[in-house]
Amino acid sequence: MEREHVLVALVENKPGVMQRISGMFAKRGFNIETITVGPTESQELSRMTLVVKGDERVLEQVQKQLNKLVEVIKVSDVDPNESVIRELCLIKVHTPDQHARAQVVQYAHIFRAHVVDVSPESLMIELTGDSDKINAFIELMRGFGIKELARTGTTAMQRGAKIIEPKK
Amino acid sequence: MVKMTGGKAILESLKRHGVKVIFGLPGGAILPLYDDIYKDKDIRHILVRHEQVAAHASDGFARASGKPGICMATSGPGATNLTTGIANAYMDSSPVIAFTGQVARPLIGNDAFQETDACGITLPITKHNFKIMKTKEIPQIIKMAFKIATTGRPGPVHIDLPRDVQSEETDFDFEAEPEMPGYKPTIEGHPLQIKRAAEIISEAERPIVLAGGGVIHSNASPELSVFAEMLGSPVTTTFMGKSSFPENHPLALGTIGMHGKKAANKAVTESDVLIAIGCRFSDRSTGNVQYFAQNAKIIHIDIDPAEIGKNIKIFVPIVGDAKRVLKSLIERLKEIYKKGKTTAWVEKINQFKKEFQPKMDYDEIPIKPQRVMKELNSIIDSNTIITTEVGQNQMWAGHFLEVHHPRQFISSGGLGTMGFGFPAAIGAKVARPEATVIDVAGDGSFLMVEQDLATCVLEKIPVIVLILDNRRLGMVSQWQELFYGGRLSATLLGESPDFVKLTEAYGAKAEYVTRPNEIRPALERAIKSNEPYVLDVIVDPKEHVLPMVPPGGRLDQMIG
Repeated sequence: MEREHVLVALVENKPGVMQRISGMFAKRGFNIETITVGPTESQELSRMTLVVKGDERVLEQVQKQLNKLVEVIKVSDVDPNESVIRELCLIKVHTPDQHARAQVVQYAHIFRAHVVDVSPESLMIELTGDSDKINAFIELMRGFGIKELARTGTTAMQRGAKIIEPKK
Repeated sequence: MVKMTGGKAILESLKRHGVKVIFGLPGGAILPLYDDIYKDKDIRHILVRHEQVAAHASDGFARASGKPGICMATSGPGATNLTTGIANAYMDSSPVIAFTGQVARPLIGNDAFQETDACGITLPITKHNFKIMKTKEIPQIIKMAFKIATTGRPGPVHIDLPRDVQSEETDFDFEAEPEMPGYKPTIEGHPLQIKRAAEIISEAERPIVLAGGGVIHSNASPELSVFAEMLGSPVTTTFMGKSSFPENHPLALGTIGMHGKKAANKAVTESDVLIAIGCRFSDRSTGNVQYFAQNAKIIHIDIDPAEIGKNIKIFVPIVGDAKRVLKSLIERLKEIYKKGKTTAWVEKINQFKKEFQPKMDYDEIPIKPQRVMKELNSIIDSNTIITTEVGQNQMWAGHFLEVHHPRQFISSGGLGTMGFGFPAAIGAKVARPEATVIDVAGDGSFLMVEQDLATCVLEKIPVIVLILDNRRLGMVSQWQELFYGGRLSATLLGESPDFVKLTEAYGAKAEYVTRPNEIRPALERAIKSNEPYVLDVIVDPKEHVLPMVPPGGRLDQMIG
């Protein structure tokens, strides 16, 4: 069954690793929904979160092909039900009058979002959450007029004592 | 610690890995390294006339010897010309290490003269690549390159060398071991999977072994023979697996696939257990996957976990080195295997083999290619290496030639590169000077690389090129005749050049062969001459490679 899978990869912190991974996806015809990368507690490692759409067979191939890359140290398939999955989103919303402004601030409050910048014509809202929550908020804001939108893509961590670490 | 230039550090590192030969062609961005090559007394550099030839020759060297082949070119066009050969090595899992010059570090990214992003270009066609930005890292990077190229599933590694890295002085420290935390190929098969496989095999009544190129890479041919004989199981090979099992063995069926043997394709279809070793189930081997061995439980042994389940559903996967896994499997089977279950099956296979004996003894003029293969078969011995070009010549060779020793048949399987066979023959002859090396060529393929006859003459590399000369791009025209209403769009090559005159212009020997009874004497003269030699065999342009599984067709429904 085709669905979204969240994969976390620990990779060597070297130039070009991102290119190798995105190149592999392009060459094999896999679809990446989002890809994020950043440093970890170790200087030698970077951590990537990939959201991939496909059935079980595609997921298996994606994991195997990732593991084949020399600089990929570990790949884990993260179960969304047992993990914290977050994305950060910045939205600049058109708020020409007092009424619109009040409404947007109220919606932001309901979504536990923050107003991080104000101009006479717009508000910038910062929101974190899973994709569904962010999508819902974006839909609400469309009514006001979205001037600019930036999303970071998904990052994830398993709940509880389990950790993703390089194999010893 | 010894101080030396980056270029010398490269050569020193190569020598410590046993390298004695480099195929290459210099240019501006690799001048410092070539200056160190000039001063080096231990490394033989073979100057080719086109970088593609350097890459293919190092690939042929690797396949003939089992050792990594080294090629070298300058930046920009040198690097891009290497890429066909690198891609070819990648598709056929051949351990090639390719070096390219690069513009000096301060110029990178400026679109400097002959600058190209060589690592970006080779990224999807190498097992791994490196750009050396710190001169002192040369020995460790070369160590990693050899390890990556030759272990696990072998494959090409590319190293990009900025010009100023080659000339910079550095401390040469070969002792430090590089770390590759993400690179740990699985070598031993999982005991539980081996147990499961052995149980299924011991129940099999119609087993068949499918041996791929992985058997050759892991030098597992002796184990393969023991295994097959123990089970009394017929053995077929993929095209890349040709030569992994002696083709005159009573259990040998020859190759499967689009232009494989009818008996082999039928046997695979009727088998109840298929033991696939070191192969990747390419579309050319399986035909329509829905009907491929549809009654068989498939056991797949491969060192690359990503190959398992990629194209075909697998019943028992075993990740590991073919040789090691076969050894464990044999040990396990010794305890539980009872002979006798396969007798009826082997009889049936023998029946197939008799029924589908290919005809080769044609006397017609123009010569039928099948007859050329018959004559070649009569001179192939354990000291012969056959390389092929790509197309009809390759498929006739694959179908009709009988080879019995691993690394004796070298061909471009995955990428299907016209112009591979001749350079590969050069590489094979350099790796094994005592062997007779014959490139079974087509006129179209040979013309793509014929300029390197100059290399053969000057470097004294006596290879034989046997051209099946039909003045067309044979395989493409065959498809046009079979599937495109006979419209020969851009496949007729015409009467230029005269291959004998062309060869003589390079200072090599050549002769025309127009009659069937001239083939063998001409081959004998070529072998005896011990000089580069071209045999221009004029063959019937109307002849097709048959039988054949039409594209998308079933293995057991061959035409012709």
